[in-house]
Amino acid sequence: MAGSLRVSARLHRRAQLRAFGLVAPLLIFVGLTFVTPLATMLVRSVYDPVVADALPETQMLLKDWDGEEGLPSEAVYAAVAKELKRAGAERTLGQVASRINRVQGGLRSALARTERALRDVEQGPWRETMGAIDPIWADPATWHAIQATGERFTSRHYLNALDLQRLPSGAVVAQPQERRIYLRLFWRTIIVSSIITLLCLALGYPIALLIARSPPHRANLLLILVLVPFWTSLLVRTTAWIVLLQTQGVLNDLLVVLGLINDDGRLAMVYNMTGTIVAMTHVLLPFMVLPLYSVMRGIPSVHMKAAASLGAKPLQAFLRVYWPQSLPGVGAGALLVFILAIGYYITPALVGGSDGQLISNMIAYHMQTSLNWGLAAALGGVLLVGVLVLYAVYDRLVGVERMGLG
Amino acid sequence: MKSAFRLGPARIVYLAFCTCVFVFLVAPIIVIVPLSFNAEPYFTFTEGMLRLDPEAWSLRWYREIIENEVWSASLVNSLVIGVSATVLATLLGTLAALGLSSPAMPGRRMVMAFLISPMVTPVIIAAAGMFFFYSGLGLGQTHLGLILAHATLGVPFVVVTVTATLAAYDRNLTRAAASLGAGPWITFRRVQLPLIAPGIISGALFAFAVSFDEVVVVLFMGGVEQRTIPRQMWAGIREQISPAILAVATFLIVFAALLLLTVNWLRRRGNR
Repeated sequence: MAGSLRVSARLHRRAQLRAFGLVAPLLIFVGLTFVTPLATMLVRSVYDPVVADALPETQMLLKDWDGEEGLPSEAVYAAVAKELKRAGAERTLGQVASRINRVQGGLRSALARTERALRDVEQGPWRETMGAIDPIWADPATWHAIQATGERFTSRHYLNALDLQRLPSGAVVAQPQERRIYLRLFWRTIIVSSIITLLCLALGYPIALLIARSPPHRANLLLILVLVPFWTSLLVRTTAWIVLLQTQGVLNDLLVVLGLINDDGRLAMVYNMTGTIVAMTHVLLPFMVLPLYSVMRGIPSVHMKAAASLGAKPLQAFLRVYWPQSLPGVGAGALLVFILAIGYYITPALVGGSDGQLISNMIAYHMQTSLNWGLAAALGGVLLVGVLVLYAVYDRLVGVERMGLG
Repeated sequence: MKSAFRLGPARIVYLAFCTCVFVFLVAPIIVIVPLSFNAEPYFTFTEGMLRLDPEAWSLRWYREIIENEVWSASLVNSLVIGVSATVLATLLGTLAALGLSSPAMPGRRMVMAFLISPMVTPVIIAAAGMFFFYSGLGLGQTHLGLILAHATLGVPFVVVTVTATLAAYDRNLTRAAASLGAGPWITFRRVQLPLIAPGIISGALFAFAVSFDEVVVVLFMGGVEQRTIPRQMWAGIREQISPAILAVATFLIVFAALLLLTVNWLRRRGNR
């Protein structure tokens, strides 16, 4: 008895090992090609050694300066002068200056100017010389900016991403009104994603119902119609919406021909929020219909018959009997559409114009244009946490293995 | 069923609404096809086209994309990257699905959630991370980098599809084969593989479609040498929008229809 238990335990272990051995290559692959890149990017949101590496002595001396007793000592000026010159010679000044400039606007050009002017200066007094080159050196705010960017590990990108800032005193407060951009953009992304989710539900529920109640052959045909947009290239679909919705486009032409609008009263339906919402609803609708359909297919049609034979009116039967049973599908579809919508990038970038942009587009902007990678990483970190929480909810409620789309 | 969904006025409104939704789903894509034969560089139907005047219709945009080397080079890139990424994703994904379907697999649910996470992660975050990571390895602006990245994005589709097929697989068949003296490899090769092949092919087609349509990672990681079809279309939509894009789009629509019909056929065959 004990022997056979031992044998079966050993067999079980061997089966476990074999199963794990089959999964292991993919685990390693996804770990290397997906998790590591995400992790290295997220590290950038809290770790930025550029200024600390370029101005080490300045940073060390500034530790003793708290900004209460005016400007720092002559020794600090001497250190920063030396290190600015070195950064200039090593061509790292641009990176240093752009980071400091993000804390205190206007410092980028002033730092470059100072470095150029100091090239021929060998001797102090540094405080006077530098004060004469540019008034920024007589302003404690400059030193606070240098101090703030000198931390290797920093929370400022996350504070920035949440429209907060740290004052020189260490207190964390909201950004001034005109610099609060990101929370509003997160909020807009959530609202727009909710609108798209509701639209997908409103359009998707009736057709999922129709497909679920059709005889198999017709159901298959209708499913193909739902899947056509899913398989068609996203760029093709986006192009299609531009062609349809632009001011000289097919839909406006049609409205003019029908006399519904004037030729000079053409509607702006694309390159704005309308374009984003219409095109994204189109793109995400299949992700709503498929989970709904797979749940509805499992609801026996005798339930509705039973409700009717007990005297329920069709609407009543639907609301009391059918709708509650279809709720798992509603939850699965809505959650999936919402998760995909809040991270969407391509469609808003192409048809969103200036007011139809979402948080992903801001991340792309900071990656490619402003080159503020720390902030891009922090915004991405906030978005990623949101998505992963929703994904965990989806896994609990629906199970990720049911994400099948065919 | 008749009594609850009978053909009254409400039913007619309902069917009309559903028809509108199907039109909304399919019409925008269909509209592209005739517009790609426009003789003029416009994105709308000219009067001549509506009169069915043969002068107003032409193949000039098709001639343009066929003669343009940029488009043929990007087609080659798309195919090379797509096929390589698909082979990699299908191999790793199928192996993993076999492991995940074993009742002995430890931590099945967590592992599954982890492996499917690339599907829901906002692609801009993944692309930004991959840009830094692959550049650091010297794989930025290389085909290999894009193949690895696209395989990662496509692999969840293989895992989901093959796992679903394996769920319907009768394990008694494996036992029967074993009792008849077949080793594990022969059993897999001769019994299990033929039965799950439709699922594997579907998964591979999904993975290929993901790569063939992917643009964000290419935007971040690819250089001029890695321009793919979606990357070219992106540039075309953003910079100089010309009806040549509609001709490419028509090709892609036909291609998508073929993929869809194949997967649909495989799915029905698998259900049988």
